Amino acid sequence: MSSVTADSPRLDFSGSPVNKALTAEDKIELFRKMVRIRRFEQEALKFYTAGKMGGFLHLYIGQESVAVGTLSLCGENDHNITAYRCHAHALTVGMNMNELMAELYGKATGCSKGKGGSMHFFAPDKNYWGGHGIVGGQTPLGLGLGYGLKYLGKEGCALCYMGDGAVNQGAFHESLNIAALFEIPVVYIIENNGYSMGTSQKRSSSYRGCLAQRAEGYDMEWDVVDGSDLYEVRAKAHIAMERARKQHKPSILEITTYRYYGHSVADANHKKYRTPEEIENYKANHDPIHLWRRRLIAEGVLTEESAAAIDAEAKKEAAASSKFADESPAPTVESIMDDVYWETDNKTEASKLGRHFFTD
Amino acid sequence: MSRTLTFREALREGLDEELARDPNVVIMGEEVAQYNGAYKVTEGLWKKWGDKRVVDTPISEAGFIGMGIGASMLGVRPVMELMFWSFHSVAFDQLVNNAACVRYMSGGLINCPIVMRGPANGGTNVGATHSHIPEGLFAAFPGLKVCAPATPADAKGLIKAAIRDNDPVYFMENTLLYGTTGEVPDPAEGDFVIPLGVADLKREGKDVSIISHGRSVIHALQAAETLKEQHGIEADVLDLRSIRPLDVEAILKTVKKTNRVVLVDESKGFGGVSAMVSHLIQDEAFDYLDSPIKRVTTLDAPAIYSPHIENEQLPNPRRIVEKVLSLR
Ligand SMILES: Cc1ncc(C[n+]2csc(CCOP(=O)(O)OP(=O)(O)O)c2C)c(N)n1
Repeated sequence: MSSVTADSPRLDFSGSPVNKALTAEDKIELFRKMVRIRRFEQEALKFYTAGKMGGFLHLYIGQESVAVGTLSLCGENDHNITAYRCHAHALTVGMNMNELMAELYGKATGCSKGKGGSMHFFAPDKNYWGGHGIVGGQTPLGLGLGYGLKYLGKEGCALCYMGDGAVNQGAFHESLNIAALFEIPVVYIIENNGYSMGTSQKRSSSYRGCLAQRAEGYDMEWDVVDGSDLYEVRAKAHIAMERARKQHKPSILEITTYRYYGHSVADANHKKYRTPEEIENYKANHDPIHLWRRRLIAEGVLTEESAAAIDAEAKKEAAASSKFADESPAPTVESIMDDVYWETDNKTEASKLGRHFFTD
Repeated sequence: MSRTLTFREALREGLDEELARDPNVVIMGEEVAQYNGAYKVTEGLWKKWGDKRVVDTPISEAGFIGMGIGASMLGVRPVMELMFWSFHSVAFDQLVNNAACVRYMSGGLINCPIVMRGPANGGTNVGATHSHIPEGLFAAFPGLKVCAPATPADAKGLIKAAIRDNDPVYFMENTLLYGTTGEVPDPAEGDFVIPLGVADLKREGKDVSIISHGRSVIHALQAAETLKEQHGIEADVLDLRSIRPLDVEAILKTVKKTNRVVLVDESKGFGGVSAMVSHLIQDEAFDYLDSPIKRVTTLDAPAIYSPHIENEQLPNPRRIVEKVLSLR
């Protein structure tokens, strides 16, 4: 049981087994993945602002190390699921920028054919069970992924991401109880960026010091992780994931992080509930991409030039994706009624029996 | 004298007046206080009324809505904001088992004077989980009252009545109406309250009745103008305003006048408010009908995200005009 808090003195996790096993290429790949997330979202922001998309756009910028660090530990039997701030997870598991950007544009070429939008990216073929719009609603689903793995006799684990606001939902607590009771291989990852919309963690959670410690009420392991340090994220996530895979024991990881933008791009209030100093301090001292780049340069793995080249490549890829999205066709009105029932999509005998749709 | 207010301002004025009138009125919900409301309906109220009267809650719908229901049994009059009505699902047990039933189960011993309000609509490209339109759903639970205003004046008059009502009132607003404007009576002229259960004839006609509620009323009015200009058809546009209690007299009156009906409802084709209204009309005014009752509803699939076609899934003026022209 850990008593580490976010304020504890910094430890160096570069020597942990999972980190020592990283090759130079692996480390550069982690950098590339974080940069691609940032550039993709900046491109999305630009065109959201230009009116190319509808609905909400919840940006992950500032939090990149969390998705990239934890998902980098996943093998083919590990599964993951998250909330509506889901672009980063989607990119990290290997979805391509074109299908994601097209989804934001609401185009037929999007990963959900324009039906899901920003909050609802999915790639089951990549073990990615999606972005979910109801705060906390994905936590029992993450439990179910873990249950499924155990039931099917697979040695894998489920990663279930959520924000700090979600820990106050009943569904989360019910999930924890069952996870511990049934010994489900799930790792709950609280991406604690300090705020749920305009409400700080301090104003929404009764036990203010630590959210992960709630695990103790369920006889579950937990830890707190500094999200700006990719080595720490990987080292601690690895322990939790191995605990899940090998012992079928759940854990909670609370990873401290920060989002640079508002809750969504439509959040006009975000300069009011957070001070400019707070935001600037994070950007200057805790930016996970800058810190990782600096670290890799110090290790002699990366040069300023190669880092800049990776960045340029990501920008180019992002720009191409918005062009692809813009030029893609919109879905047809007829397609609204597709994908509602398997039976009607697959035109079986059974689909002829009763009426499935009730239009005016 | 009346002034032009936005729907949002009119609602806020109603809330503000009720906070002033009755010290037991409390506003609660996610981001309603310090953030000024996710949709700015409660803007300024926390500053004016303070922490005791305007309360930010954690994201825990079952918890805080249940808390409001419990407090209302003691005589507090909570006005709970659901950031989106789509999140009712998290608190469904509280909404339908506790709020709806407590009075009945206690043989009338317990009142539950709570208002649940917030936006319920499609049309904002936020995808299936955020676009549920549940007025028909909740109207199906006896014990609950359900409103869906279309204009700023109705919003103000009805929210005041809802807060004073001794039963739970579920108040469905539409995000896309918040910025729309309309005339609202000046508070100096007295207390402006619109009773629940009274429909409003928003436009007079003789050829066809278009019956609707919420934002669809605005579409019905636009369709009525097109019908008049391009086809010489004069439509009665009846705004139900409250779904339960339902103004059956007003419905029958317009049907008996025009003998033709198109119901416009943002609910899906299966169930929904229009299904109930259609049944009432055939039951009580069948002999007056010259044509089958038709409906314009939201296409029977979960809400599509794509901004390019979401409006085609929803009732819109073009679909209403086409439906009216299809009547025999
Ligand atoms: C049940 C439910 N209630 C409210 C909302 C509206 N909402 C969406 S995100 C959000 C804040 C969540 O904050 P947090 O869990 O900390 O995640 P973060 O946005 O910081 O990633 C709120 C209130 C929702 N989507 N679902």
